Amino acid sequence: MAKVPFVFPMLDTKAIPGPESIKRWELANGITVLARENFASPSVVISGYLPVGSMLDEPGSAGCAHLTAQGLMRGTAQKSAQEIFESIESIGARISFSTGVHSTAFLAKGLVDDLELLLAVIEEVLSSASFPKVEIERLKAQQLTALAIRAQDTSAQAHLAFDELVYRDHPYRLPSDGYTESVQALMAADIRKFHRTHYRPSGMVLSIVGGVDADQALANTEKTLGAWSPGGTLKDFPLPPLKPLQKEVRRSIRLEGKQQSDLVVGAAGPSRFDPEYLSAALGNHILGRFGMMGRIGESVRETAGLAYYAYSTVSGGLGPGPWQIIAGINPVNEDRALNLIKAEIKRFVSAQVSKDEIRESQANIIGRLPLQLESNEGVAGAITHMERYQLGLDYYQRYPSLIAEISRDQILHIAQRFLDPERLAIAVAGPDRNE
Amino acid sequence: MTKNAAAYLSTRLRNGLQVRLKEIHTAPLISSWIWYRVGSRNELPGSTGISHWVEHMQFKGTPDHPGGILDRVVSRVGGVWNAFTWLDWTAYYETMPADRIDIALNLEADRMVNSLFETKEVESERTVIISERQGHENEPTFRLAEEVQAAAFRVNSYHHEVIGDMVDLRTISRDDLFNHYRKHYHPSNAVLAIAGDFTASSMLKQVREIFGGLPKVDPQNFEARPEPEQLGERCVDLHGPGETSYIKVAYHAPPARHEDFLPLAVLGSVLAGASSFNFFSGGISNRTSRLYRALVEGEIAASVQGGLAATIDPYLYTLHITMRPDRKPEHAIEIVDREIDRLLETKIKQEELKKAIKQARALFAYSSESVTNQGFWMGFSEMFADDSWFETYLDRLSQITPQQIREVAERYLRKTNRVLGIYRHAKDTNRG
Repeated sequence: MAKVPFVFPMLDTKAIPGPESIKRWELANGITVLARENFASPSVVISGYLPVGSMLDEPGSAGCAHLTAQGLMRGTAQKSAQEIFESIESIGARISFSTGVHSTAFLAKGLVDDLELLLAVIEEVLSSASFPKVEIERLKAQQLTALAIRAQDTSAQAHLAFDELVYRDHPYRLPSDGYTESVQALMAADIRKFHRTHYRPSGMVLSIVGGVDADQALANTEKTLGAWSPGGTLKDFPLPPLKPLQKEVRRSIRLEGKQQSDLVVGAAGPSRFDPEYLSAALGNHILGRFGMMGRIGESVRETAGLAYYAYSTVSGGLGPGPWQIIAGINPVNEDRALNLIKAEIKRFVSAQVSKDEIRESQANIIGRLPLQLESNEGVAGAITHMERYQLGLDYYQRYPSLIAEISRDQILHIAQRFLDPERLAIAVAGPDRNE
Repeated sequence: MTKNAAAYLSTRLRNGLQVRLKEIHTAPLISSWIWYRVGSRNELPGSTGISHWVEHMQFKGTPDHPGGILDRVVSRVGGVWNAFTWLDWTAYYETMPADRIDIALNLEADRMVNSLFETKEVESERTVIISERQGHENEPTFRLAEEVQAAAFRVNSYHHEVIGDMVDLRTISRDDLFNHYRKHYHPSNAVLAIAGDFTASSMLKQVREIFGGLPKVDPQNFEARPEPEQLGERCVDLHGPGETSYIKVAYHAPPARHEDFLPLAVLGSVLAGASSFNFFSGGISNRTSRLYRALVEGEIAASVQGGLAATIDPYLYTLHITMRPDRKPEHAIEIVDREIDRLLETKIKQEELKKAIKQARALFAYSSESVTNQGFWMGFSEMFADDSWFETYLDRLSQITPQQIREVAERYLRKTNRVLGIYRHAKDTNRG
């Protein structure tokens, strides 16, 4: 085909959420509220987080922060679990909580008229969840089932093994959902204590996006979450420094009855606060995301036909999240796929990406921004992201230039900082190859 | 529907291509979907999985869009694209910056007729698809679902999974794939649905320019062999490693066009929770549904989900239960039967019906919000009915009565009408 003339997508930055269209308030009790109107939508999304994560789990109590978040909706001082879920499900709405190492995130969605009701439920469960014993026992049984399923899941096992290799003496080693033994040992009293000690409004961030007037959203939030009594600021738990890998480390997990192996290769990557983070994100896009999953997809899937999925991911947050190459492969091809992946990493840290590669990935990342910001969920997530990493409310308006300005040399530099072909963690979970 | 939803245009080109256009001016985006009336329903033993494989080959290039260029032309302007193969259909979509939609339309018109299916690419994709199937086989839930589906359909081609049987994935040839492509990929077997930031008249002009010249091929009607009535309960008992047992109960259900379809969907919502027909839109929790309360709060199961699919031929309403490791599947089945008896004995309350309808309305609103979802709905509903199915969905829903719910429960949720599948983990098997 004729070569497509190449220009970066031109975006109307005024249409991108920014300081003109996002309102931001700080409530007296320490909650930050952000709102953006989208009157084209019949629904509203509330998303955000509290700075309460599995890092706060006591030694031997892995899974406590997770169970606490999952138990929030299971009853309060005023209502039973059934009453809480009836109030949400009967209006076709949803509220969910999930826990990571640093925070507990929430996501609620409903029709616009139900915003205040959703906020009231969120306030009630956060401030006065009662964690009834019978509910916590049920929740534990569900969690133990989930852990039994995890124990048989090749992808989950490869990721757990990778974290153990890379984050040896670091909180990122522990899975937020805990271990069978630690979850079994948790009692309702432990959950209540965790909630009493760590849950408070200070540091909570809440983004509201949808067909609702922003001032009305604030008024609704003040009336509900504004009433949650402060209870002081949380103690800061700084992350310990991470020791980089000194040599290649490997772990192999064999599971009965499986047909496919999951392979996870990589190292710890940059945190979101790293000044070069966007160079890593753009570089990773070339390595394992662009088109049918970048160079990794091209090599492992398209050319060699070894995998249904093969891609890479960089996921820096408050700390040094992993930079991983991931593939699902037939067990007989484990070594072949690993060699191809290692060759691609070597190439990635040895020479600059090509001019075409960087321009195409830049254009993709810039051009897909309107799509990323089309839904209420997408906008709420973007607003929360800007707040969390102190990027400024004009970040997504500046984003196209930030991406366009990254050079090939900057990508090579960040790749060399974090990916060393001689010091990789290699985790694989799959069937026994001798079976 | 969004407030800015405006012009809608429905037409058919001379070569038979059905076109559905909807203007939505909320973001500078356009989503284009092309739907082909071919899926695993059109496959016979020996060629199972061929529709899905053809879908994969559609990413491998044409003379004008060679493989490797194909994905770059979409990605480099910020577009996203993907494709799906299912029982009744294969769909391809691109959601693009509005001023670059021509790239997607040209690409789809080109690969509707010009895909190469090079032998080298067929062989490389064979191992990719086998790997995809092996990934599925890692999951006990896939193995159980596959066996239950096969037991439910002895005659009808819904018998096999979309991915196909391993033996066929090893033996299907390049020519088999190419012939399948030639037979099913042409304008009169396709629906082009485009939603987003355009004016319908100029978009129609563009569509005519790009697709109007493609040759007309007379469509061949395909009638799947009807499944005979099932005369008694069928059971599937699987054993495997792990510590978790699963149950899948599948009841033969009416097709999407049938008058019982929406009442059965509402019944499913009361029984196991509401779910969306849009594959790409999330659902809501089901904690207040009858089976969640009985099975999960009853401390027998860890979770339960229900699902009804909109299809051309009669398909299945399924319940999927994940057992707690220390409980016997038989106990959960007793509870399912007891709850179904309760539905048959006593009409559901008006407020339960009201709740189910409100849930369905909310899910429908969520699943219609983006241009990608609007493009989805317009084409999807054409695959098993027509666009009026989508347009009249909410009205039909509001007319459902408790009496209808009881009638569909009697008609479909009979033991003789179901396949009962159990996957038993090793310890449960040893315990006998």
